[in-house]
Amino acid sequence: MCSDPSTLNDLSWFVCYLTTGKHLSFYASFGTVLLLLAVTAPVALLLGFGGAMLARSRVAPLSWAGQSYISIVRGVPDIAFFLFFVIALDQAFEYVRHRVLCPDWGQAVYQGNDFVVCPAAKLPLSSAPQWEHEVYGFLLAVITFSLVFGAFAANVLHGAMRAVPRAQIETAEAYGMTQRQAFWRVLVPQMWVYALPGLSNLWMVLIKATPLLFLLGVEDIVYWARDLGGSKTPQFTDYPHGDWRMWYFLFLLVFYLAFTKVSEVLLNRLMRRLTHGQAIAGGEAQRKSALEGAA
Amino acid sequence: MSCWDTVQSYAFRSLGYGERLLPSTDFTMCQQVTLIGSGLLWNIYFGALSLVAGFFLATAVALARTSHHVWLRKPAEWFVFVFRGSPLFIQFFFGYFLFLSLKGQFPGLGILTSAWLGALVVLFLNTAAYSAEIFHGALQAIPRGDLEAADAYGLSGWTKFRRIVWPTMLRLAWPAYTNEAIFLFHATTLVFFTGFPAIQQKGDALYYASYFADKTFNPFVPYPILAGYFILLTLSIVGLFYLGSRRLNRHLPSRSGRWRAKFQVIR
Repeated sequence: MCSDPSTLNDLSWFVCYLTTGKHLSFYASFGTVLLLLAVTAPVALLLGFGGAMLARSRVAPLSWAGQSYISIVRGVPDIAFFLFFVIALDQAFEYVRHRVLCPDWGQAVYQGNDFVVCPAAKLPLSSAPQWEHEVYGFLLAVITFSLVFGAFAANVLHGAMRAVPRAQIETAEAYGMTQRQAFWRVLVPQMWVYALPGLSNLWMVLIKATPLLFLLGVEDIVYWARDLGGSKTPQFTDYPHGDWRMWYFLFLLVFYLAFTKVSEVLLNRLMRRLTHGQAIAGGEAQRKSALEGAA
Repeated sequence: MSCWDTVQSYAFRSLGYGERLLPSTDFTMCQQVTLIGSGLLWNIYFGALSLVAGFFLATAVALARTSHHVWLRKPAEWFVFVFRGSPLFIQFFFGYFLFLSLKGQFPGLGILTSAWLGALVVLFLNTAAYSAEIFHGALQAIPRGDLEAADAYGLSGWTKFRRIVWPTMLRLAWPAYTNEAIFLFHATTLVFFTGFPAIQQKGDALYYASYFADKTFNPFVPYPILAGYFILLTLSIVGLFYLGSRRLNRHLPSRSGRWRAKFQVIR
């Protein structure tokens, strides 16, 4: 039915238009965004945990390393980090491969305005299929996002670890726990309720940072919205239309609004569950309202 | 070409003065520092103007959110929801394409498609929404005793707002508002990476930093320069807001240690 779109009425024209191959790629790229979130969030949390442990370490150089990781990433616009890391990581990987794979390569790697490694060290290899290039680009983006958001998470977790009442740790030590035991068995289970508001906020920021994938060269929803929305003339497509980029970006705007709204509702629910039975104001309020309900 | 010559030709390049052609070979450290610094003027322009203008809209929106009239409250809530719930990057894109289609219908509005005004409008609305949320929280947190004392003194309406409500709101909101200002300046780096064109290569600091990184294939010089500039900018914002807080809290005893920028919340 879509063979000759110029004869269709409005509704079926739109049905055909919205199911072209390019539109299917557009819909699939929402999966790219979700995949990025699904990989980045846990990795960033792990990095953040490591960073927070470093920052509270008693060995001064380790503590400085952790604290400077946190404050440098926080003091500079995140988009600058995205643009920096994508090139820097790529060059770092290629440089390491270059040293390992081509030990007798005579020339310098930095030649004036060029970065030249031996062909075998190229990532991905110039002969590699297209999908490998895309996966590599996506991986770079994931590492970059994780490094940046790891620093934000480290900041939140560092604060949360300090917010756990000191008496809890002292009690644990009085019971004869070692420092390590007190950390893993008392501090870590209790810190989450203090960390959750900050982590929820971070999750929202992470969602709102995903369109920056576009700047890292990944074919994400912004890429497709620009590509599909631009005006099309009848010579090149069966579905000519004017400049519809405004509508495509309106759609993305609505998508993000819905996404953040749903996240907010779910996180509030999680917060209620975590607060349950905790010795903080929220937990006390829950206990009181439960008592009043029973009475 | 000495470094001083470079400074003379490129210090105001981002505004269109000086040398027309950007350096394209034999890049020196001096060129990179000068041009990126020149671009920073745009970041300061966008950040400062939208912050000042956004401040007034934010106060109005925050007040509207506490209003009893549904017709005031609902639009204010939606305004905050839309601008806080969606990425600024998408807002820039949408704004630019919206202005483009407006230009098609009303040619007089074509001026909005240039970055200096169009991006400023988007940033202004965005920061107004974030600040309104902060101010709204502060309005809710004003101690009831303060309001009752104002009533007891016979203050009402505009006088009560100007003398009691507004200063207290600012005092409570100040640490979070400092944070918002810092992130707003960071967000200004997005402008030239969305639809808004950098006409004749007149761009902001990040625009020039990425220009050098693309040309030299060496990200390890321009981006640290950019980072240095932004750390300086952040420190100056913190300094300015510290002066502001000193003024706001000048009636309170023991000034030292009263104020600390809170970096816990990010936008």
